[in-house]
Amino acid sequence: MLAIARQRMLGQSFKKILPAVSVLRSYSSAAKQITVREALNSALDEEMSADPKVFLMGEEVGEYQGAYKITKGLLEKYGPERVLDTPITEAGFTGIGVGAAYYGLKPVVEFMTFNFSMQAIDHIINSAAKSNYMSAGQISVPIVFRGPNGAAAGVGAQHSQCYAAWYASCPGLKVLSPYNSEDARGLLKAAIRDPDPVVFLENELLYGESFPVSDEVLDSSFCLPIGKAKIEREGKDVTITAFSKMAAEMLEKDGIYAEVINLRSIRPLDRSTINASVRKTNRLITVEEGFPQHGVGAEICASVVEESFSYLDAPVERIAGADVPMPYAANLERMAVPQVEDIVRAAKRACYRSVPLAATA
Amino acid sequence: MILGRAFEDMCAQMYYRGKMFGFVHLYNGQEAVSTGFIKLLKQQDSVVSTYRDHVHALSKGVPARAVMSELFGKTTGCCRGQGGSMHMFSREHNLLGGFAFIGEGIPVATGAAFTSKYKREVLKEADCDHVTLAFFGDGTCNNGQFFECLNMAALWKLPIVFVVENNLWAIGMSHLRATSDPQIYKKGPAFGMPGIHVDGMDVLKVREVAKDAIGRARRGEGPTLVECETYRFRGHSLADPDELRDPAEKAHYAARDPITALKKYLIENSLASEADLKAIDKKIDEVVEDAVEFADESPVPSQSQLLENVFADPKGFGIGPDGRYRCEDPKFTEGTAHV
Repeated sequence: MLAIARQRMLGQSFKKILPAVSVLRSYSSAAKQITVREALNSALDEEMSADPKVFLMGEEVGEYQGAYKITKGLLEKYGPERVLDTPITEAGFTGIGVGAAYYGLKPVVEFMTFNFSMQAIDHIINSAAKSNYMSAGQISVPIVFRGPNGAAAGVGAQHSQCYAAWYASCPGLKVLSPYNSEDARGLLKAAIRDPDPVVFLENELLYGESFPVSDEVLDSSFCLPIGKAKIEREGKDVTITAFSKMAAEMLEKDGIYAEVINLRSIRPLDRSTINASVRKTNRLITVEEGFPQHGVGAEICASVVEESFSYLDAPVERIAGADVPMPYAANLERMAVPQVEDIVRAAKRACYRSVPLAATA
Repeated sequence: MILGRAFEDMCAQMYYRGKMFGFVHLYNGQEAVSTGFIKLLKQQDSVVSTYRDHVHALSKGVPARAVMSELFGKTTGCCRGQGGSMHMFSREHNLLGGFAFIGEGIPVATGAAFTSKYKREVLKEADCDHVTLAFFGDGTCNNGQFFECLNMAALWKLPIVFVVENNLWAIGMSHLRATSDPQIYKKGPAFGMPGIHVDGMDVLKVREVAKDAIGRARRGEGPTLVECETYRFRGHSLADPDELRDPAEKAHYAARDPITALKKYLIENSLASEADLKAIDKKIDEVVEDAVEFADESPVPSQSQLLENVFADPKGFGIGPDGRYRCEDPKFTEGTAHV
């Protein structure tokens, strides 16, 4: 009975289920709506006010109010000694941030986009991530590297790469990627308070999006744990893992009762939540924006195969960006980034691989 | 200086006997620079070095035993065997490494200097006048990070001294073949700081220059670039056959050995007698022998040490299959490396 009902459900629609979506969006009638930008700005403001050792560093973070206005108002409030406009020297100022962190200051280094972090990657990996280990615990590095990651709109190949997989492969780093305002606030606060180097991957296209937040989220002591994923939507047919902007796409395409996991933390990956979910739904789709080879999805797939192999009813589907440098033309760019249709198609494939016997009767 | 020389010679011996391994870069011949500068520092001042850091560590006060154990890869080393020859760190002595990539230490040193200024101005620790010394070589002076930091240190008037140990060779690349304008000290004024050249084989001259530069930094007058002309008597590392350097050049600098020169100076000026100097030699030999014995007898790190200190907050290892943080499992560090 249930199976037939489910079959009908599956066959029926991949249309947006509007009531479901709007329920999700306004679960608290008294909730305030804030943009991701406001969430990040308020998190930075509160952490800077709570701890005088926190300071900001980056290009255009001060007088320009932030290249994407994330640091708006902070120069005025905290002064030029705590909000530093740097020259265009990623390697230099990242290293300076690391050196300051060695002495217990808490720098928040902004990269205008994470593509520019490639000029400073030596410091992120070699002098930040590895130092606690090389010094056997004598020197910890409480630094946060933040900035927009991944594709924006029409910015071309050199401004559109997703660095989640690169940084997440390095021991000693924590890599976080928020989706909504609650994630942005909670994870950034956690990152600033954390005694280890944290790579905080934001998404430029999400900065202007508003999300409802509860009063708890707005409280200045709100903090999310690092290493725990969030089940954005419970389901039972297939597990979809996503992070950052991709999570937005997932919530729109219900129809198959997908369980959507917002990873939040790419390193450490919450394998426990992912595996528990796969053991429930028996199917997995990983979604990410970055290049497919050696990506986050590859790691999740390997983890699930290692830990929950006998629970899988279908091969793991990996949806990633196209294996090409990001093209400029708008239609090509759209093809190079996963779209809702791609995920729907993958979900269908995953679910139709093995149809329950009762449903065919 | 004697400690530095004896220590490095012992390192070479130990390396060839197989007790030390990997990349080992010895400092023989450059001792005057390390001693001349570092002996003027307070404990809270910091030093950032490169892979040629054994003697910087010793000068800064890290005990010879700790350095030798670290080189042997034993758990009693200054970094418990996890750093090695190229990565000497000591929180207690404010030795911030030990970096393998050339130029990597310079921004880190600049950051440490920045912290000193920040502590004074923002955190209001009024008497914080800590100075940072960044040591690096001639090859590094062609690297982008060097120039980036000269700019920012001068721009923000940071209490740092950039000490160039120009030993004329970057492995087998002569400084003259690699640099358009080989006079490094001239690059300081281009960024708005004084650039000074000094004979790095004479410890007293180095000390004079160091006093000025460190004093400048301490008073908040900003950074200085000091180029010390020096020479390494051995190859780049113990694996370097050192075939490209002209024997005549080596002989020329060997004649200017800083230790011999200082000994001569002390005796000529009746500041010490032969016997005193011999006693120092003997004492140092004993210290180094003791360090070797200590290192030999120290245990290697236990298996559980593999996963320690990756994070300051080990929750970074994530949540295990049982839903709890991995690090909370008491058996965590007894496992294999697969996390």
